[in-house]
Amino acid sequence: MTAQIHSFPPSPAITVETLPLAARFSLRLRPEHREEAKAALGLPLPDRIGRTATEGARRALCLGPDEWQIDAPEAEADAIRRALPRGLAHALVEVTDREVTFRLQGPAVLDLLAVGIARDVSRMEVGRGTRTVFDGVQAVLVREAEDRFTLAVWRSFSPHVEELLQRGAREIALGL
Amino acid sequence: MLLIHCPYCDETLPEPEFTYAGEAHVARPADPMALSDEEWRDFLFVRSNPRGTHYERWRHINGCGRFFNAIRDTVTDKFAMTYRAGEPRPNLDALKEAAE
Repeated sequence: MTAQIHSFPPSPAITVETLPLAARFSLRLRPEHREEAKAALGLPLPDRIGRTATEGARRALCLGPDEWQIDAPEAEADAIRRALPRGLAHALVEVTDREVTFRLQGPAVLDLLAVGIARDVSRMEVGRGTRTVFDGVQAVLVREAEDRFTLAVWRSFSPHVEELLQRGAREIALGL
Repeated sequence: MLLIHCPYCDETLPEPEFTYAGEAHVARPADPMALSDEEWRDFLFVRSNPRGTHYERWRHINGCGRFFNAIRDTVTDKFAMTYRAGEPRPNLDALKEAAE
């Protein structure tokens, strides 16, 4: 008789967790108004795509020439909503509930990302982030540490992405 | 995999991050009402479709989201160069000569 194993041991190589929601904003702004927005937000906005800037608990990630993603704790969300003056032409949209963010951690994390990402993630430096595509799903990838990434995908795609990440983590743990 | 250089991100990235967006340097007529039906049809639908060097638009949709222009050989699929939207059409022969 064949014994089926239904509970695999947790992977030592990689852990995949879903992060609790924290406030997230999408900010669109002409590059020449960056300094003004920096003063209002108390947060520098990086001028090169892929760079991040941190001030206290707030973090800005430059996604495009005129586009930034701002992450902050829930308690600071209200302050950010009110920070930018009316006279400054901008679009600030709260996207907290739009995305599900996964944290991927472990020595084999690059192998796991290679399951769905075509670009060479190993070349990405710590503290950089980018928008990319994970198995056909648009995602925002940030390298938090040498062996730790966060991957944010839109909510409706998250069951597919999570399933793929969990399966990939299991395969790597089993040495497949 | 086809690799494309995004002039805004300044990185060479795999093609799934990009989407093709048709021929480049097609200028919309300033006064469409002055055009005949044939001229308007040509503007809307008729493209050069060359065999060889092609000036075309791409969009880094799964990245910075920008449109940019590229010169690609339609036979070999090789990209000669990419440049930002709004820049004048580069002269490829002059570039080749300068490189030699």
